[in-house]
Amino acid sequence: MGIIKADDVTFEYIRRDEEGNVEGITTAVDHVSLDIKKGQFIAILGHNGSGKSTLAKHMNAILYPTEGTLWVDGMDTKAEEHVWDIRQRAGMVFQNPDNQIIGQVVEEDVGFGPENMGIPTKEIWERVEESLRAVGMYEFRKHSPNKLSGGQKQRVSIAGVLAMHPQCIVLDEPTAMLDPNGRKEVIRAIRGLNDVEGITVILITHYMEEIIYADKVFVMDQGAIAMEGTPREIFSQVEKLKSLRLDVPQVTMLAYELKKKGMNLPDGILITKELIDALRI
Amino acid sequence: MAIILDHISYIYEKDTPMEHRALDDICLTIPDGQFIGIIGHTGSGKSTLVQHLNGLMEASEGHVYYNGEDIYDKDYDMKKLRSNVGLVFQYPEHQLFEIDVFTDVCFGPKNLGLEKKEVELRAYEALKQVGLPDEYFYQSPFELSGGQKRRVAIAGVMAMKPKVLILDEPTAGLDPKGREEILDMIKRLQKETGLTVILVSHSMDDVAEYVDRIIVMNKGRVMYDDTPKEVFKNYKELEEVGLSAPQVTYIMHALKDKGLNVNTTATTIEEAAEEIWKKLG
Repeated sequence: MGIIKADDVTFEYIRRDEEGNVEGITTAVDHVSLDIKKGQFIAILGHNGSGKSTLAKHMNAILYPTEGTLWVDGMDTKAEEHVWDIRQRAGMVFQNPDNQIIGQVVEEDVGFGPENMGIPTKEIWERVEESLRAVGMYEFRKHSPNKLSGGQKQRVSIAGVLAMHPQCIVLDEPTAMLDPNGRKEVIRAIRGLNDVEGITVILITHYMEEIIYADKVFVMDQGAIAMEGTPREIFSQVEKLKSLRLDVPQVTMLAYELKKKGMNLPDGILITKELIDALRI
Repeated sequence: MAIILDHISYIYEKDTPMEHRALDDICLTIPDGQFIGIIGHTGSGKSTLVQHLNGLMEASEGHVYYNGEDIYDKDYDMKKLRSNVGLVFQYPEHQLFEIDVFTDVCFGPKNLGLEKKEVELRAYEALKQVGLPDEYFYQSPFELSGGQKRRVAIAGVMAMKPKVLILDEPTAGLDPKGREEILDMIKRLQKETGLTVILVSHSMDDVAEYVDRIIVMNKGRVMYDDTPKEVFKNYKELEEVGLSAPQVTYIMHALKDKGLNVNTTATTIEEAAEEIWKKLG
């Protein structure tokens, strides 16, 4: 079993009107099965309302399956006694950095998680230091978080999760509110965690070029997994992605357009170098 | 009919050691009917700038003229200005609050003191303009999808019949198709009604695709003010201030570096495909 395993997970919620009468039932996650191995970089794509955030919230026991089972590191998320272990093992980072930072000083904020876990003070400081170094924010440790840029704040949020020594980190559109530089900083930090620290990464995003280095991509639609494969396999299917309200990276789209014009190019070109090679310049 | 910013500066905590110029001697002319993009990293002064255009913020130095009148004159009708220059904030759906979509869109024109019939006519027209299907009119705005909520919020501003529409990151958090739909809708409005549109954006790809003119803000100053092609020629300088060019521009430069004699000014996929096809097809 991998670090996260979902077996036929379904999540339904009841919609009610203002008087509390039942209006209907929405199936937000619909019979999803997946198995994520330790150390993988996983991307989840899907249009707004496709169920990807709901699925992500199952991965650290914010939500529980209505049917089926989800295990984090072998622990069933429905078992209440595991909830803190699960949240420590699978940390979560959300879209808006301003909603996640509570400390007055960067290093205090990062120390909040391990402090709550009852870690001895000396070790907390060690963890704060290593976490801030891992995301490249160590030199800002004495700063006030509200003076930081969006990308810097988001990296502090990630450090806060890292300090809890998770095995796995789930990021729900961490770059949606950032400028291009902030996006780059955050993605670089996330890739570093995966490559260097070996932490399992699950990245949910609407930016296609952020996931070209993922080991595996899941595309969600109407709560179910509609596509699954490597980035190359996924981005080879331009028309299908468009029909799911998604897109492909610009270089992939450019190669696709050139192919339509009659050039002999392979499908699923992901980076500029591949396009150059394929054009034989 | 134009907005003229004449040597505008906005200074926080003036005459103290904390003095900070959020805007520093800005001179700009915004003529009727243009589609303008404003880009800049977080904290570069974009939002401060747009809030000067409808008098929400008052400059510490300089003057703002709307149709030749100084909006800081003490008997200037600020209310009129605000209905002429509509501002759609980031995540505008957070400001929806009425029980149904139609009532929500009526809120603005009702506050202008118009007759009920006129209010409803305007709300209807605005909802048509943003392309929201009739069946949603009497639904709660909270039940709509992200993209539709955003349309309703934009309709709320359009119902004031503005001459200038300013949108602060109208596509943040939307899926790729949702982004395209909103921007296509805005472009259509601008073309059909002669509306001036000012789009604050973090997406270089979107800006390159849609606008006629780009204003680049950096440290409270205007760094570039030109067509997308001209602005993105300076991609190295843009990177230094936390921005970038569209991905295709980088691809064209990479091809040129490899010895393919392409024109590197392409900023959209179609232009790039056309240019490469011309050279290699």
